[in-house]
Amino acid sequence: MLDSNKDSLKLEAMKRIVAMIARGKNASDLFPAVVKNVACKNIEVKKLVYVYLVRYAEEQQDLALLSISTFQRGLKDPNQLIRASALRVLSSIRVTIIVPIMMLAIKEAASDMSPYVRKTAAHAIPKLYSLDPEQKDQLIEVIEKLLADKTTLVAGSVVMAFEEVCPERIELIHKNYRKLCNLLIDVEEWGQVVIINMLTRYARTQFLNPNMNESLLEEGNDKAFYGSDDDEDEEEDEKDKKAEAPAMAKRKPYVMDPDHRLLLRNTKPLLQSRNAAVVMAVAQLYFHLAPKAEVGVIAKALVRLLRSHSEVQYVVLQNVATMTIKRRGMFEPYLKSFYIRSTDPTQIKVLKLEVLTNLANETNISTILREFQTYIKSMDKDFVAATIQAIGRCATNIGEVRDTCLNGLVQLLSNRDELVVAESVVVIKKLLQMQPEKHSDIIKHMAKLTDNIQVPMARASILWLIGEYCEHVPKIAPDVLRKMAKSFTNEEDIVKLQIINLAAKLYLTNSKQTKLLTQYVLNLAKYDQNYDIRDRARFIRQLIVPTEKSGALSKYAKKLFLALKPAPILESPFKDRDHFQLGSLSHLLNAKAGGYQELPDWPEAAPDPSVRNVEVFTLLERVTTLTSVPEWTKCSSREKRKEKKVEKPFYSDSEGESGPTESADSESDSASGLESGSGIEESGSGSESEESEEGSESEEEEEEEEKDKKKKKKELKKPVQESESEQSSEEEVRKHERKNKQRKSDSESESDEEDDSESESSRSESEDSESETEVKKKKKAAESKPPSKPVKKEKKEMSLLDLDDFEPAPSPQVTPVNTFLSSSLVTDLEGLSLSDTVLSPATTSPCSALKSYELLHRITGEGLCVEYCFSRQPFSPDGNMVAVQMQVTNNSTSDTKNLHMEDVKLQSGMRVKEFPEIELLPAGESATAVMGIDFCDSTQAANFQLCTHTRKFFVSIQPPVGELMRPVFLTENEFKKEQGQLMGMNEITEKLTLDAKCRNEHAIVQSVITAANLSRVPCGSDRECRFAGRTVTSGSLVLATVASKEEGAAQLTVNCEKMVIGTMLVKDILLALTQ
Amino acid sequence: MIHSLFLINHSGDIFLEKHWKSVISRSVCDYFFEAKDKAVDPENVPPVLQTPHHYLISIYRDKLFFLSVIQTEVPPLFVIEFLHRVADTIQDYFGECSESLIKDNVVTVYELLEEMLDNGFPLATESNVLKEMIRPPTILRSVVNTLIGGSNVGDTLPTGQLSSVPWRRVGVKYTNNEAYFDVIEEIDAILDKSGTTVFAEIQGVIEACVRLTGMPDLTLSFMNPRLLDDVSFHPCVRFKRWESEQALSFIPPDGNFTLMNYHVSSQNLVTIPVYVKQNISFFETEPCGRLDITIGPKQTMGKTVEALMVTIHMPKSVVSANLTPTQGSYTYDLATKVLVWDIGKLNPQKLPNLRGSLSLQAGAPKPEDNPSLNIDLKIQQVAISGLKVSRLEMFGEKYKPFKGVKYVTKAGKFQVRT
Repeated sequence: MLDSNKDSLKLEAMKRIVAMIARGKNASDLFPAVVKNVACKNIEVKKLVYVYLVRYAEEQQDLALLSISTFQRGLKDPNQLIRASALRVLSSIRVTIIVPIMMLAIKEAASDMSPYVRKTAAHAIPKLYSLDPEQKDQLIEVIEKLLADKTTLVAGSVVMAFEEVCPERIELIHKNYRKLCNLLIDVEEWGQVVIINMLTRYARTQFLNPNMNESLLEEGNDKAFYGSDDDEDEEEDEKDKKAEAPAMAKRKPYVMDPDHRLLLRNTKPLLQSRNAAVVMAVAQLYFHLAPKAEVGVIAKALVRLLRSHSEVQYVVLQNVATMTIKRRGMFEPYLKSFYIRSTDPTQIKVLKLEVLTNLANETNISTILREFQTYIKSMDKDFVAATIQAIGRCATNIGEVRDTCLNGLVQLLSNRDELVVAESVVVIKKLLQMQPEKHSDIIKHMAKLTDNIQVPMARASILWLIGEYCEHVPKIAPDVLRKMAKSFTNEEDIVKLQIINLAAKLYLTNSKQTKLLTQYVLNLAKYDQNYDIRDRARFIRQLIVPTEKSGALSKYAKKLFLALKPAPILESPFKDRDHFQLGSLSHLLNAKAGGYQELPDWPEAAPDPSVRNVEVFTLLERVTTLTSVPEWTKCSSREKRKEKKVEKPFYSDSEGESGPTESADSESDSASGLESGSGIEESGSGSESEESEEGSESEEEEEEEEKDKKKKKKELKKPVQESESEQSSEEEVRKHERKNKQRKSDSESESDEEDDSESESSRSESEDSESETEVKKKKKAAESKPPSKPVKKEKKEMSLLDLDDFEPAPSPQVTPVNTFLSSSLVTDLEGLSLSDTVLSPATTSPCSALKSYELLHRITGEGLCVEYCFSRQPFSPDGNMVAVQMQVTNNSTSDTKNLHMEDVKLQSGMRVKEFPEIELLPAGESATAVMGIDFCDSTQAANFQLCTHTRKFFVSIQPPVGELMRPVFLTENEFKKEQGQLMGMNEITEKLTLDAKCRNEHAIVQSVITAANLSRVPCGSDRECRFAGRTVTSGSLVLATVASKEEGAAQLTVNCEKMVIGTMLVKDILLALTQ
Repeated sequence: MIHSLFLINHSGDIFLEKHWKSVISRSVCDYFFEAKDKAVDPENVPPVLQTPHHYLISIYRDKLFFLSVIQTEVPPLFVIEFLHRVADTIQDYFGECSESLIKDNVVTVYELLEEMLDNGFPLATESNVLKEMIRPPTILRSVVNTLIGGSNVGDTLPTGQLSSVPWRRVGVKYTNNEAYFDVIEEIDAILDKSGTTVFAEIQGVIEACVRLTGMPDLTLSFMNPRLLDDVSFHPCVRFKRWESEQALSFIPPDGNFTLMNYHVSSQNLVTIPVYVKQNISFFETEPCGRLDITIGPKQTMGKTVEALMVTIHMPKSVVSANLTPTQGSYTYDLATKVLVWDIGKLNPQKLPNLRGSLSLQAGAPKPEDNPSLNIDLKIQQVAISGLKVSRLEMFGEKYKPFKGVKYVTKAGKFQVRT
């Protein structure tokens, strides 16, 4: 029929085949005939062929390959649904040979236009993974890509794939976390379950325990509370109060991470889902993640699920049982919902009973016991037995009702059903063990029961009781033993053992009456069939019957047998289940299921929350930034946001003044009269850049009385700088200047860099805001960024310096720089009250000095914004440290106090000199601080917490490799000599093509110096630029040479003892030169 | 996720199997049969079983077991919920979920299962989407199919899956546009021997039947939404609107669906519509007992109680019942020991009564427990909680739909202990 031309016949045939498959019959013989029809036009036939193919392809791999081309064609179909179904079938065929084809198809589909195809691609990932786990790495790439997808359709499927392929790669979630949270409500229900479960795990690794403080309290001084937790709410309130109390101050107040809150907020509506699995997923999320006070919301939803199918009830009750152990208060209002109906299946009844028992406390125990009384009459005997045990547990847990329970149970002893009686006996035994003195009458009563009860476990329990407390019932005990001895041979093993036990105990306490009996029993036991019993009898005989041979042990026989035994604790079987994630299969089975992902414990300290930041800065914001800059001098009372933008200019500007003054004297056109200019210039130019700053300050003092605010900032900085200024006299400075022209150029470059801050600030703001997004994305690293920017920045500076040093006359190179001034910026900057005339030529050059990085964004920092830059100044307290200058701005509406560093986490060998605590940072103000970090010549990040009086922020500083060195001055000869010593492995040469913009010497110099803190080495050839420096910590020499050739071709050589640094430096410089 | 599915009938035959990954031998079901034999009642079979290599999660619906095989960790509710969804879909397609019907439509069922899961992960579970892909059989179509060889498989591919409203297909057209809502409330109660309420609550559900053209956007508001304590919605309901305005705003699926489930806050006293006077006793000496039940109206809000029925699960030792009802009829099923008294309408003037004797197995001890009574009833045109729909508005389409709301109160798990 399959070979026929008629579709209807084919269809009929296929239907029969599929029916065979469905019934589980083997239809694999037909494979060749079926595969032929894979390209059939009739859509129903086609579908059935697919069904067949997927089922049998594994068995007939070779033949299955025939069909592949059809699917490959389907993958290129313009109709998205056909593309999707082709991918679906293709990926379902489990044939190893086509793995590469599948991989390719998945990759292609992952970037398909249609979200439906992408969803199918996500589905295909776990299929391929199960077929060939070696593709994992490639698949993870695809997953990463799909995780970034913004459509709800894809989200669920890709998280599913993530969970199956790489659940351990939690870092892939960071960037998508917020998106997932926000999309969650619109994802289809099955996807929701998977996402919620995954996010629970994620949150456990990324956030702090919201109940941290409470649990501490509980352990500490709240014993009383804990004991009487009948009113959880009250307890909670009280705890909250406590938490607020100053006594708690030493424990840092817990502030929930906004992302944590986001998750809780966005999952809450899903409690209203019609899908029980979703509700359960949310419930477990709340249970595991929410602060205690909020967990209550899930109770209602879970109770609602109890109306559902019995299987759902079963699972929900299991979970409720676990929850009630931890959070009893949560379900107390719903106590009655757990009442048992006679029509419930037994397993449900038993679980409800468990929940009721867990919920029992002093206030509701009477109602619960009344319910239990009804249950005991039930026809379902297993359930009755469970009820009796439950009563026993209530009795042990709640002292008040122990006697009532015991009486009730004793009454049950007269029940006609033996199972009930036996169960009662066992429970009574346990209860009696707690306080045997009071209840000798019960023991007597039970002794009487031995005549009737046949259930071995119960008989054994009674015998044990009598033996144990034979002193309380001295008269009855021997009598019981007598009876038992009579029936010994007919008893079950467990009873026999207890008879021996009883005999032994009686022998020890009352040997007069029972000596013979005991011996009789032991003799009987000696010839028992069971070796356990024979052993026991022999052992006991040796132990208790004194003979001449018996050792020291028999003396202690009484102690051995009649030692006080601890009362058993009746515990819920659900006691320790909560270490499994609730709602999981493992939890249900109380055993780890395959592929179960442990729910991690809360971290001690929250990892960096900023990893989840994915912010997109709007153009608008950038514009405001720019416009705000010129007004900075007048804007002490400006609104916060602007303020923040303005702040950086403050310091950099103040430092900057020295720059123009220097340039004033070198650049003929800008020299015009600042009275203080020349004087300052000398002090500034000669010594380290700090002095130039100082100079600028002195200059400012004349000009800017009204800028008190700015001063404040400076004062913060001053101490550091002053301490660093070694020379004060101008002559010395001059000498110094002559001597170290090279170094000067360097220091100038620094001061210059800073001086350009106006332009820089405006520019770097804009650039920053651009880069911010990137910076964030790249976890603040942004190493790739600095070189690109500095290229422009340095251009001007170097040209200035070069003019100064080597070409006293204005060179043609200046002009391009000046023409390069962006006129718009000049106008922008005209609002500056500081020596605009002087500044403008210099500042407006697009170059700016130091690249500042963001340490803490104002959004994550809740208004606190911190940026840092590598100031390239020696850090005076410790020469081996790199100075990091931080600009802290408070954009929030309230003051920030006690800003300091804490909890510095470093790689071994690294050291940090913390910045002095900033005691008060009023709202809208900013401050600078300098800290030193010894990076140990590595680009490892320094992680630490930035603490204010209320909050902590995790931040890290990672240095670009170029900042790990300080410039040194070498002559050409020295350079060559050193270079000669650093050959071979220590030399790295790289060919490159210079960017069109930096083909002249100055541009090259600028680019290199921006990328790395090196100083230029004078050189005879104008085709070569040389630079030298030493690493900050180890002082290893770093030499760099850029030899330019025709047409922008160039060769970069870096010689460095430390090869790692060398390699990284090459990369950075290359990037700087080629962009 | 879900690896395989086996459908097993009451007597333990596997009549359908479907594998989404590699094939698993049906011998895995032996573990299940073992557990099934152990359990007295099919309801007592544990839903989750652990075997050396697999986990078996099963549901029992309509005398069929849906047994799924899984290999790795997965939330059990996820699987259970999905299995119920499968059963719902089959019911939706064929009107009922029974062995014979599934066997008759085995290819359709197989295709459905194929579409519902992809590699064990749910793909399309919305009945609207499925119906577009695989058309449900109708008499007309089966006639046409046999005549001209048409097919059950939709020739247009479903678009619902692609839209943001996956539960509704595009291009729905009706000549009569109508939207009906049934507010059905169930009373769950446990009454003790003396007739006092141990526990009572009201659970409600709004079933909708919407046949509207195009993409209507409906808003359903209540007179007294405060009554609703806990709610759960069909995914189409916009949760934000509910939170802010306590109104249900949604684009409905086409056809029948459950709009919402709710629970009436427990502060409100639940009115119990009937009272039961009963006296069941067994004699100590003879192997027989007496039964006397009378039912009367309590608070029925002026409406008649209909479809009244009493079900009693008798103790095992009860061999036969010799009873006389004043109204309706009774049956006693010896195999299951279930006594059913079907009363019908409750007449307040002449209260129905069932009286007579029960005979016990000779020699069996007197049952210590009296069986409890399960009561079924129905009251038309009233929602016992007092919930009222105030209005239904439609946006997005021009025509005027025909609207209707019906209220019904039923007894849910209504049990009288004796």
